[in-house]
Amino acid sequence: MSKVFEQPHSLYSEFERKTAGSKKTTHYCPGCGHGNVHKMIAEALDDLEIAERSVFVSPVGCSVFGYYYFNSGNFQSAHGRAAAVATGVKRANPDSVVISYQGDGDLAAIGTAETIHAANRGENITVIFINNAIYGMTGGQMAPTTMIGQRSTTTPRGRSEVDHGNPVRVCEMLATLPAPTYIERVGLGNSKQIMKARKAIRKALKIQKEGRGYSFVEILAPCPTGWKMDPPQARDHLLDTMEEIFPLGVYKDISDEREEHSWDRLSSPFEVEKRHEYLQAMKTPLDLEPIELPTDLNCKFAGFGGQGILTLGLFLAQVGMKAGHQVSWFPAYGPEMRGGTANCSVNVSRERIGAPTVEHPNVLVAMNQPSLEMFEKDIVDGGWIFVDSGICTGEPDRERLKVTMIPAAEIADKVGTPKVANVVMLGALCAATEMFPADYVKDTLKVIVKRQELVDMNLKAFDAGWEFVRKDG
Amino acid sequence: MATELKPYMEVDFELCKGCQLCIDVCPKGVIAISDKLNSSSYHPAYYTGDGCTGCGLCFYACPEPGAIRVVKP
Ligand SMILES: Cc1ncc(C[n+]2csc(CCOP(=O)(O)OP(=O)(O)O)c2C)c(N)n1
Ligand code: SF4
Ligand code: SF4
Ligand code: SF4
Repeated sequence: MSKVFEQPHSLYSEFERKTAGSKKTTHYCPGCGHGNVHKMIAEALDDLEIAERSVFVSPVGCSVFGYYYFNSGNFQSAHGRAAAVATGVKRANPDSVVISYQGDGDLAAIGTAETIHAANRGENITVIFINNAIYGMTGGQMAPTTMIGQRSTTTPRGRSEVDHGNPVRVCEMLATLPAPTYIERVGLGNSKQIMKARKAIRKALKIQKEGRGYSFVEILAPCPTGWKMDPPQARDHLLDTMEEIFPLGVYKDISDEREEHSWDRLSSPFEVEKRHEYLQAMKTPLDLEPIELPTDLNCKFAGFGGQGILTLGLFLAQVGMKAGHQVSWFPAYGPEMRGGTANCSVNVSRERIGAPTVEHPNVLVAMNQPSLEMFEKDIVDGGWIFVDSGICTGEPDRERLKVTMIPAAEIADKVGTPKVANVVMLGALCAATEMFPADYVKDTLKVIVKRQELVDMNLKAFDAGWEFVRKDG
Repeated sequence: MATELKPYMEVDFELCKGCQLCIDVCPKGVIAISDKLNSSSYHPAYYTGDGCTGCGLCFYACPEPGAIRVVKP
């Protein structure tokens, strides 16, 4: 049978996007393994007839310019993020065939988390892992897979177990996970290995094409430049030293047990019409009329984490949205779930909102002393300030600001739980600013408080805050 | 019958980077390195002209997509 071995069609015949040097050769060094693997992937795309729907994801590393070569979809991702980007591409386009092509620095150092979790979720993608035991692109620094004793610019006396840890064996680690379908390590040391690598790449892509799940092929590849060897020496070195530390073979293969398309993840993105409907429903209430505002509200709500500061912001934003206005809600909080500080910025505006942050609020709710100290000075002259007088010790400037001192937590406690202090504040805020009628806000609360058994308590808290202001003022 | 068609390989003189990997893998030893330089200053490989079986091993050993073409009629 006649046969021609030549440049696959899934590689461009001319590399138009290449900026330097010949447009018919790669940018790779002589003898670099990347070129061999590109050829084999492209040949598989040709033979499986999937180039048209393939997306090649190349993160940072010598192969960052994958899009020079592959006549498919291309995505140049941030360093280490390839598997996460591939996940997104695949889920948004379930019919695509997505290849996450990564070096060892990318896949096993900066991108370790993405690598493991994409495998653990069993994303229906193919990861091609070029293990050349070094950072090629940046000039030969130690990689996670650099071998004990191997010299690099950052291990000039050789990698040592004590100082740098052992080389990471990725196939072995991933093979412990239940989700992946196929994991194999191959090499480019000699023809026999290369032909096995070719087979593994084809198998991995076929698994994805058939929707059988996550496939991973690690390829031991020479980096003559980083290793400071000529190309034939580098191939020999690969055979003599790398294989021992990274044994070749199939680490997992359950492709036969997996039904076709059993690992398709058919995510259903929001249909545009549905989203529009949803936004309309949020904006114009079922039976509530839009409300004119005399002024925009630019609010800062601040206190301890756990006081419901962020929820207070969401409630007001929802009320503003129901009333037919533009709103934004922008939270800022510390790493602690409870006890740290939290604040949020809320804009309710008659015009489109540029930035969601609020630097000079005309409304401040301060539910603890540090918040009062931090934000009072930022309030515009004549603005409103609401202070939990049971918690804060300070007194705001009554000359400059419209001040409401309200023991919100204590009032809330009497209503049933101090947790609704935020809604007491909402009541006070609505009463003092006179922007939204009480019934209007309460009708909104009925809709947006998620847990039905808490609705009554929230309505009571709102009334208590409202009445506190009305009877006081 | 016309003259029997024989397998052959060819190297694009300009695209070859002279890494010699094809030479190492060829079971028939029918590839050699030129003493001429191409315009990228590499000594390209070339087919010595006889004995190729069309096995394709040199093609897969070569990292350059367009440098080698093997024809097995
Ligand atoms: C966020 C970020 N950190 C670090 C770098 C620098 N950097 C570029 S490539 C690279 C390592 C590449 O090594 P590898 O992934 O093994 O690919 P190779 O170049 O060997 O093919 C690093 C650390 C970067 N570009 N971006
Ligand atoms: S530095 Fe190494 S990995 Fe990068 S192109 Fe050169 S040989 Fe290939
Ligand atoms: S196809 Fe096989 S026999 Fe022919 S030159 Fe290449 S490696 Fe040698
Ligand atoms: S393997 Fe390719 S690039 Fe290297 S010498 Fe042979 S033809 Fe040239």
